[in-house]
Amino acid sequence: MKRYSVFAIAREALRQHQGWNRAWASPEPRSKYDVIIVGAGGHGLATAYYLGKNFGITNVAVIEKGWLGGGNTGRNTTIIRSNYLQDPSAAIYEKSRSLYETMSQDLNYNVMFSPRGVLMLAQTEHEVRGYKRTAQANALQGVTTEFVDAKRVKEICPIMNTDGPRYPVLGGLWQARGGTARHDAVAWGYARACSDMGMHIIQQCEVKGVTTDGGKVTGVSTTKGDIGCDKLGMVVAGHASHLAQMAGFQLPIESVALQALVSEPIKPCMDIVVMANTVHGYLSQSDKGEMVIGGGTDGYNNYTQRGSFHHVEETVRALVETFPMLAQLKMLRQWGGIVDVTGDRSPILSKTPVDGCFVNCGWGTGGFKAIPGSGWAMAELMAKGHSPLTEEFTMNRFRHGKFIDESVAAGVAH
Amino acid sequence: MLMLHCPNCGRDVDETDLHAGGEAHLRREGAEASAEAFEDYLFMRKNPKGVHFERWHHTFGCGKWFHAARDTATLEVFGTYSAQTSEPPKEIIDRIAEKRPNWSWESDT
Ligand SMILES: Cc1cc2nc3c(=O)[nH]c(=O)nc-3n(C[C@H](O)[C@H](O)[C@H](O)COP(=O)(O)OP(=O)(O)OC[C@H]3O[C@@H](n4cnc5c(N)ncnc54)[C@H](O)[C@@H]3O)c2cc1C
Ligand SMILES: [Zn+2]
Repeated sequence: MKRYSVFAIAREALRQHQGWNRAWASPEPRSKYDVIIVGAGGHGLATAYYLGKNFGITNVAVIEKGWLGGGNTGRNTTIIRSNYLQDPSAAIYEKSRSLYETMSQDLNYNVMFSPRGVLMLAQTEHEVRGYKRTAQANALQGVTTEFVDAKRVKEICPIMNTDGPRYPVLGGLWQARGGTARHDAVAWGYARACSDMGMHIIQQCEVKGVTTDGGKVTGVSTTKGDIGCDKLGMVVAGHASHLAQMAGFQLPIESVALQALVSEPIKPCMDIVVMANTVHGYLSQSDKGEMVIGGGTDGYNNYTQRGSFHHVEETVRALVETFPMLAQLKMLRQWGGIVDVTGDRSPILSKTPVDGCFVNCGWGTGGFKAIPGSGWAMAELMAKGHSPLTEEFTMNRFRHGKFIDESVAAGVAH
Repeated sequence: MLMLHCPNCGRDVDETDLHAGGEAHLRREGAEASAEAFEDYLFMRKNPKGVHFERWHHTFGCGKWFHAARDTATLEVFGTYSAQTSEPPKEIIDRIAEKRPNWSWESDT
């Protein structure tokens, strides 16, 4: 792999940019791999990357039905934070956030991680109590957050109307090292690194079935033929139940649409990320100047990547009250992704009833922030059969009532 | 916008007047049931990419529950029916089978 650097840019500038290589190869599938990962979103690619980097397993294929990063990884509002409530969540989300800090150097690919700070607004007394509790929990977990009062909120984010009539801002949970990153670059950076290790990223290839022999996985059938493997990782977000059905088991997951939208670009006006969970809206400004806006999920099962318009309206209506300046803006684009929601709003990283078959899903509305940590943990789970970071996130936890309840921290989409 | 016919009050209603209630025809478990049965009832969901039977509540209307048969991959609505039943009526099953030759109620359950 040719490394990207300031010297490479200078060299290529002098020769009309003729010397850049393709960032990753597009090979035809072999008949068998040690490991197949289904889904070339951030989580699938990160899993493959850490299988190679941490465990030397490189005979790996990542199979993708569309284009890499074209699922939720390329559709999300890129909020990165780790201020969850429960210990197992803090462990994996903070691992992930800390890996984001060094990801650009690690991958030699600029993922534009911007730890600009994430502020979660408390707009009811209930939220004030909830976030104070989270701040205390985070202190014990070694995650740096603090509860700030309304005056400080106004200092951090001057464009906010903190004394709105219906939901005045009473304070907020502030994580100064939370922020955003460039979503496509995360997928592309991992893809390039995986390809460089000799792994195969096979796009435009849909997995249609899972083959097993005596309860053990033997491979997958795809639109490019049958491909064998010793281990299979299903990392397909909204399609998790669909893949599980192919392998003959069910998951405690429901797939629903989540939407986002961006405004026309404007001059810099907000240098942090704000989440307003009571009114179901969140907001940040992209480097291009667009205001990036997300809201709540639809209520019904859906695989179409299209949501209902009235949710967009609700989100914008709510945000305009807290950010009156938004009322002046035209919206440019709006889109949806299919998110995989569990009963306790926590993910599943787990063995399955099929030997050699692992599943990583249930990140729902908030898994972009978790990509590197999830890949790190999933690779360990697949390579060794267990990982300290995934122990509590089994698919059977619901049977035993061992929920990792994050409905407060993650009840709203982000 | 999704529109469904409420069989209770006979109105065609917009999604904004409704509340989605998730998978229909779940078997409710009693106190004596096993942990597995409770897990199935409370958390496990078919969540199919395709034909889905689901509950809806006509919240801002007659206030009653009904069932709908819908395709989650195309958003096509096959029909709605009373919630006072443990399986879809025959005409709905037939209508779906006609439109989705690879689907059958037997393999769905
Ligand atoms: C609108 C929106 C906003 C969001 N905002 C945030 C946010 O601000 N912060 C945050 O942390 N998270 C956010 N999320 C959630 C986040 O996007 C996801 O949790 C995360 O991207 C999931 O990554 P993934 O790799 O698991 O899934 P994906 O990126 O969806 O990748 C799964 C891949 O599997 C492929 N696939 C599916 N079925 C098959 C098959 N049969 N064969 C082959 N390939 C298959 C799909 O094509 C897809 O590319 C948001 C999501 C949405 C939709
Ligand atoms: Zn009605």
